[in-house]
Amino acid sequence: MAKIHVNTSINGEVVEFLCEPHETLLDVLRNDLQLTGTKEGCASGDCGACSVTVNDALVCSCLVLGVEAEGAEIGTIEGVSNKDQLHVIQQKFLEHAALQCGICTPGLVVSTKKLLEENPNPTEEQARYYLAGNLCRCTGYDKIIRAVMDAAETMRGAA
Amino acid sequence: MSEAKQYKYIGTRSIRPDGFDKVTGRANYGADMSLPGMIWGKILRSPHAHAKIKSIDTTKAEALAGVLAIASYNDFPSVADEVVATGEGSSNLLDLANNILAKDKVLYHGHAILAIGARTAAIAEQALGLVEIEYEVLKPVLDVNDAMAADAPVLHDNMFTQGLAETPTKASNIAARQEFKMGDVEAGFAEADLIVERDFYTPTVHQGYIEPHACTARYDADGQSMLWCSTQGHFDVRASTAKLLSLNLNRLKVIASEIGGGFGGKTTVYLEPVALILSKKSGRPVKMIMDRDEVFKASGPGSATRNWVKIGAKKDGTITAMQALLHYEAGAFKGSPVMMGCMTAFTPYAVPNMYVEGYDVVVNKPKVAAYRAPGAPQAEYAAEMVVNEIADKLGIDPIDLRLQNAAKEGTQTIYGPKLKAVGLVECLEAAKNSPQYQEALKENQGRGVAAGFWFNVGGQSSVTLNMNPDGTGTIVEGSPDIGGSRASMQLMAAEELGMPAENLKPIIGDTENVAFSAGTGGSRTTFATGMAVIEAAQDVVRQLKERSAAVWNLTADQIEYAEGETFSGDNRMTVAEICAGAERTGGQITGRGNINARGAGPSFAVHLCDVEVDKDTGKVDVLRYTAVQDAGKAIHPSYVEGQLQGGAVQGIGWALNEEYVYSADGHMENAGFLDYRIPLASDLPMIDAIIVEVPNPFHPFGVRGVGESGIIPPLAATAYAVSQAIGLPITDLPCSPPNVLKVIQDNA
Amino acid sequence: MATVIFSGELEKLTGDIRTEISSTVYRDMVTELVARYPALSRQLLEEMAVAIDGVIIVDPLLEELLEDSEVHFLHFVAGG
Repeated sequence: MAKIHVNTSINGEVVEFLCEPHETLLDVLRNDLQLTGTKEGCASGDCGACSVTVNDALVCSCLVLGVEAEGAEIGTIEGVSNKDQLHVIQQKFLEHAALQCGICTPGLVVSTKKLLEENPNPTEEQARYYLAGNLCRCTGYDKIIRAVMDAAETMRGAA
Repeated sequence: MSEAKQYKYIGTRSIRPDGFDKVTGRANYGADMSLPGMIWGKILRSPHAHAKIKSIDTTKAEALAGVLAIASYNDFPSVADEVVATGEGSSNLLDLANNILAKDKVLYHGHAILAIGARTAAIAEQALGLVEIEYEVLKPVLDVNDAMAADAPVLHDNMFTQGLAETPTKASNIAARQEFKMGDVEAGFAEADLIVERDFYTPTVHQGYIEPHACTARYDADGQSMLWCSTQGHFDVRASTAKLLSLNLNRLKVIASEIGGGFGGKTTVYLEPVALILSKKSGRPVKMIMDRDEVFKASGPGSATRNWVKIGAKKDGTITAMQALLHYEAGAFKGSPVMMGCMTAFTPYAVPNMYVEGYDVVVNKPKVAAYRAPGAPQAEYAAEMVVNEIADKLGIDPIDLRLQNAAKEGTQTIYGPKLKAVGLVECLEAAKNSPQYQEALKENQGRGVAAGFWFNVGGQSSVTLNMNPDGTGTIVEGSPDIGGSRASMQLMAAEELGMPAENLKPIIGDTENVAFSAGTGGSRTTFATGMAVIEAAQDVVRQLKERSAAVWNLTADQIEYAEGETFSGDNRMTVAEICAGAERTGGQITGRGNINARGAGPSFAVHLCDVEVDKDTGKVDVLRYTAVQDAGKAIHPSYVEGQLQGGAVQGIGWALNEEYVYSADGHMENAGFLDYRIPLASDLPMIDAIIVEVPNPFHPFGVRGVGESGIIPPLAATAYAVSQAIGLPITDLPCSPPNVLKVIQDNA
Repeated sequence: MATVIFSGELEKLTGDIRTEISSTVYRDMVTELVARYPALSRQLLEEMAVAIDGVIIVDPLLEELLEDSEVHFLHFVAGG
């Protein structure tokens, strides 16, 4: 099977890769580009652990083909912090103990970032519905939602 | 009670030491390890729930370009009918081997038959499709009632019920019978003014960790074999894998990756021995990752159960007798947690007359694995539902009824000893005083209360505390950190050494750089591994004193230690100074704590659930939820609250939606997160967590494990709230919309 | 003399609900019980955990028994 050459941008950097036509963006990120911060929980778009942005749209990277990255701008968890400077959302997740095992955390951070870009002042209910596609089995979501609301408030204050 | 001790580090909400890696995506989990030359392994699974394997032809698969190895049961060098420690206590080696690669019979839909290692995962998948297998399909048994029927198809023709007065000579699906008794239940029921009895059903449920099982294996003939895997206990993985492959323990290194949830489900092996066989046969490192549907179909779920409970009470609320008959599905191989169901069902109550009988039954479903307080939620669900019904019928507040009959220090348990100091009464009082309990309910709303008991375990933990020349230290422990336990280890060491937590870095050692440690399970890590950390820190303090004594020409007993300094008279030295000079006083300083911890203190929990039911659709909304639990002493309150909240929500999922759905021929029909619906953020309110602290007298800081008890009360608290809201009894879980609607319509 | 209390299943093998023992260490107690009750085996007892004065101990080989200690054999409990 001939591999396909793809030109894309990931976290602001120009990236080229070769992938099989059937390979998902998730597999390309993890297996070909060693960007393992994006996690696989189900490979069927149900758990959100593989959340990334493609051209500013929040998607499950397991439901996107690698070839669809051609010409696109991809954002992953690896691009959220500024070198060692954590994003406010990341900092708030730590302060609120909003993670236990942490496998859902990259996806939740990426989704929360998108939520707060779209709606800097969400209600608790809006946050819960926006993040309903990101499953967490450890926390019961309480501390996650508190971290999200606190991050939103802090980011509004800084804006 | 004496004044609570004042601590400097314990009880603070520090930032976890592994947090940065986890919020930035740098943390490496089971599937994140790749090695040069690595190939991929995939498993061929049974399409049938029950069948004999008549023949397997792998010729075409082997011929496919890129296929490098095939593994089957025959590749286990020798499998004896013996028991090995596997983290769930112990497991029969034959059953373990047969579960991870079937020998000659498949016993559930998804049962592993063989594995193929190939250059890519896609080639391996393609090769699986080329394997030709001839089956003789047998009738499956999918429920304890069917499995126990006299004419039921028998899964194992060599299984004879254990625990009967005489072991039967006819094989059956009943693996074992257990019995626990105390006092005289018949006399107790004779004293009762009110007796309530009911049958309950709880479905097969899955732990639902978000990270699928995954590992990378590299076999080396020279004795440097390595396994990287997501597990709750890498020493247990080493024990069972080495046994199955006839390796000495020092020829296999197991590295525990970061673990993306376990809840008991990652206390045994599925992929690891298979990956190592594929690596041995191919000469290449092998990565294996389960797909989500494989996780559901073939990794250990929690038992489905059919339980009957009968409770008698006097008009004044005194419970006089409690009786239960429990039937737990073990899945395809014996070993359900029914015994622990028997031991926990009624333990929240100080009642002199109890009798519990339990059956361990095999069915054509995946072999169950431990699931958070294994066995307890199902039995205690049935018990708590009946206790609530008794309270209602007697017109007594359900918390008051529990207070009146509550187990406390000195209460005789059905499983043997009397309880030591426990915090059930304190939890009940906290629940009664909680804001939620004061809220009034509206139409179509209901409230449920339930208590939960879990033993908690101790066991072996080993810790090495290596001091660095600048006075900082590295805590090497052997307990995988699933929920932030490294933060607790750091705080306990900091407290003991009087040093800032950030100067002490906790890491999880592999099986070669720290001594044997039991896995993270049984709510034991903060308790037992914490005790080992404390012991290692005390060992460091002892040596710091000795070194100071050597420098000052004194004896160690003349030296005091506090706040990171030794002192004697006018002499003072900081830990950094002592460590910097360690080369002159006898070499570097290492503290050791290798213990077998005893005195694990039970943790009682009491939960409140308020729901509203839409009577037209049967949909249940959780309005308010309070989880109260005795932590003994909360080392890191945020992560203790997290255990309470997470346990509550997992239990709410069990009560409201989660269940394995099987077709009549035994196919699991909802093997994905879309159809096996665990709770979403949008399903829930905030979960109010109330930590009660009744110190465990056997832990230096009073710690009780908190990981498991929190999943027990939600089943009855939620289901009883639903029954209150609709005014009808609920017996079967889950309370999903169709099930609740059926209860309403059947009673219309 | 410490007291050993047998659960339902062990009671079937011993015929006794309780018995007094003169041993002062768990290891000796097992020897004493096996000698007293032929139906008990060392292996059976050593596969079980014990609770000595309410404290559950999984590997009790060297545990000391006091004059008024109460010993229960119980099944090994594992967690999730």
